[in-house]
Amino acid sequence: MIRPGKMILQVLQSLFQKPATTRYPFVKAPMPKGFRGKLRFTSERCIGCRACMRDCPAAAITIRKVGEKKFEAEIDLARCISCAQCVDSCPRDALEATPEFELAQLDPTKLKVVFHANLADVEDEPATKT
Amino acid sequence: MASALFYILIFPGFLFVSVFGLAAEYIDRKLCAKLQNRVGPPWFQPLADLVKLVAKETVMPVDADLTIFRLMPVVALTAAITALLYIPMWGPQALFSFQGDVIVVLYLLTIPTLTFFLGGWYSRSVFSMIGAARSITQLFAYEIPLFLSILAPALLANTWSLSEMTVFYGQHPRYGLFNFAGFWIALTALLGKLEKVPFDIPEAETEIVAGSFTEYSGRLLAFFRMTINIEMVVGASLLAAVFLPYGLHLGPLVGFVLYLLKVLLVVALLSLSRTVFARLRIDQMIDFCWKYVAPVAFAQLLADLMLKGLLG
Amino acid sequence: MPERNFTIPIGPQHPALKEPESFNVTLQGEKIVGMNVRLGYNHRGIEKACEERTFVQDVYLIERVCGICSHSHSTCFVQAVEEIAGLEVPKRGLYIRTLVAELERVHSHLLWLGVAGHEIGFDTLLMYTWRDREVVMDLLALLTGNRVHYGMNTIGGVRRDITAEQIPQILAAVDTLEERTKYYAQVATQEMTIIKRLSGVGVLSHEDAKHLGAVGPTARASAVDRDVRRDDPYAAYGALSFNVVTDNHNDVYGRTLVRVGELMEAYKLIRQIVANLPGGPIAVKAPRKIPAGEALSRYEAPRGEDIHYVRANGTDKPERVKIRAPTLANVQVVAHMLKDRYLADLPIVIAAIDPCFSCTDRAIRVRSDVDAMPETMSWPALRAQSIDWYRQQGIDFTQLNRTFMKK
Repeated sequence: MIRPGKMILQVLQSLFQKPATTRYPFVKAPMPKGFRGKLRFTSERCIGCRACMRDCPAAAITIRKVGEKKFEAEIDLARCISCAQCVDSCPRDALEATPEFELAQLDPTKLKVVFHANLADVEDEPATKT
Repeated sequence: MASALFYILIFPGFLFVSVFGLAAEYIDRKLCAKLQNRVGPPWFQPLADLVKLVAKETVMPVDADLTIFRLMPVVALTAAITALLYIPMWGPQALFSFQGDVIVVLYLLTIPTLTFFLGGWYSRSVFSMIGAARSITQLFAYEIPLFLSILAPALLANTWSLSEMTVFYGQHPRYGLFNFAGFWIALTALLGKLEKVPFDIPEAETEIVAGSFTEYSGRLLAFFRMTINIEMVVGASLLAAVFLPYGLHLGPLVGFVLYLLKVLLVVALLSLSRTVFARLRIDQMIDFCWKYVAPVAFAQLLADLMLKGLLG
Repeated sequence: MPERNFTIPIGPQHPALKEPESFNVTLQGEKIVGMNVRLGYNHRGIEKACEERTFVQDVYLIERVCGICSHSHSTCFVQAVEEIAGLEVPKRGLYIRTLVAELERVHSHLLWLGVAGHEIGFDTLLMYTWRDREVVMDLLALLTGNRVHYGMNTIGGVRRDITAEQIPQILAAVDTLEERTKYYAQVATQEMTIIKRLSGVGVLSHEDAKHLGAVGPTARASAVDRDVRRDDPYAAYGALSFNVVTDNHNDVYGRTLVRVGELMEAYKLIRQIVANLPGGPIAVKAPRKIPAGEALSRYEAPRGEDIHYVRANGTDKPERVKIRAPTLANVQVVAHMLKDRYLADLPIVIAAIDPCFSCTDRAIRVRSDVDAMPETMSWPALRAQSIDWYRQQGIDFTQLNRTFMKK
């Protein structure tokens, strides 16, 4: 039956429903497990093969040798496209993607995240934790 | 003198009607959001928008006729506010009234549309000019049904004064129900007057950006936005006074609360209709108004005339 | 209304268009008497950039040709590369690829329905369809790890497996979406104001659709029975049963019906894929250096047929990549459909081909001085030419770069 106001019942029902939208910055939006967000680098596992650097489509990752079998990684979040190809390319699982996605910064220097060799798994630079 | 200033500036003049206009805008937007299953804006959003606009730079188009461009928003706002002075709010008696004030109110409510036309036309931008032409085309489609539907109850009450009409329908409440069709006609016409979906053709965002208001910015745009809010309140008040004239004799306080509720009811109906329809095309809108709305308005007029004849 | 004609610029910046593209419309009153389409505002040189990167990197670059049909482009590209390299993708990989492809179609068509609603001033439809689209977006984020750029494809298969716990979630989401789609089908076919705005608008006859080379739902709504998924099966489509939805309304209303019908078919396909998901590996190891050769790959993206051409020369970088996005095939019909129509129909008619100008523009060559320039140019010559061209426009990029460097 063709008539005007077909959606009227639906919209009136919505008056008594919880809104579908949220007050986002105040109510956080959780991402599912396995979401490809900010990368994490574990220095102990890195063997310095630089497969990640070779495959990164955006040249966002740099591995530097800082000592005998010690490597640090610098990830440029402004360049990273979150494809996580580096995670796939790494033969030793030194890289992994975390579900952290709120990476915007006002200060561009904070977008460069360095994972130092001696402080494995902990970021030296404060970077993006808010 | 002091009381006249109070009437004009504070109540029921500029200050009251501005606050009420912003409140009506908030209710319209919040309700619309709720109907669309959204959270919607916080209560201060209309005020924040207004403050932001007033604080912003007003950009003047190079080719525009600056006198008319600057003058029109002020004329629009003045006309909309003045119209409210003749509408009964807290009792059967409006602040000012005389024989023929119905016509004056309807006329004052037409002025904003004319200013939209002139302001848009003299901005000399193609989007504004198309919007302006659409405004005036649409005016011819909804204005006559609106006049007919408001004048029909006036004929029945045998007066051209809104206050006397309210008194008449207060004495004969059952006659008010008789104008039921007229209420819906007037509501439809009001949608067209306020340029809301499905009749938001003159400011159809996806076609002509913002229609007449495309070139307006800053304070002048704020004036126009206030005008539309106030027009909404005044239009709703007019509908409340003509078609829902109940409870006004119960004293100023009850009458005033009832008046607010009636206006909000009309605003809610406007929001509902703007959520459930798609925008029509200008030719479809004119077709619809002349084929369906105007004949019903005529029928209402004839029915009122016949009832009047029967009653003697 | 003035009697004279006047031209209004719809785009490159306009609320009706979500991407920069220019339609200069000549109007007589409210009637459109002429139209001039100018493409190329979103040129990003992706095809050239592909030649500078390895095949592995190109998969992600190609995915970024479009934000909506990202999986379409990357699948189309890896199919071509796999053909050149002679890789046999495992069955499970193909099924997962198809699953993501159909989920993408669902999200794209729901997006379109909302956009169509917005273009005709029916924002409520937009709000509701996009609310329900979140269901499929969340599902895609769960399965692939991202909401938009799924990064699911790799040369030789897919990168992520579907686990057993995810299957009930997929089915539950599909049930919800199917119920909602049925409701939207009712709204689209029963709401009077929608029908008034869609039916008889943007008419494209069967002959014109064939003649102008329309693709996808735009063509299928003009009863052109063409669908790459059936005519030239790729991925797992050969083993699945589905109908190609066509319609003979020839207008925007017909295109809506086709898209809603395709949504229902997509749910059917997703259920089939989930029920028949074969076991085994999801990918084979691809060589870094792809042997010399060339391949053309076709793919039925939500917007129509997508074509990728890849030529390899035995190194790890492609020698040439050419992309023909579906919007390029469809954009010609827009001007035809709008002739002698109202200005008010313009947004919905443009929206009805579901345009994706970013896809189209990434490699269009716009040259007004064709004769003056040699057919091939070296990289330094091209660079010098571009610097010179911008200098003529009053922008000196060399100067800008220097200022940025100082900062």
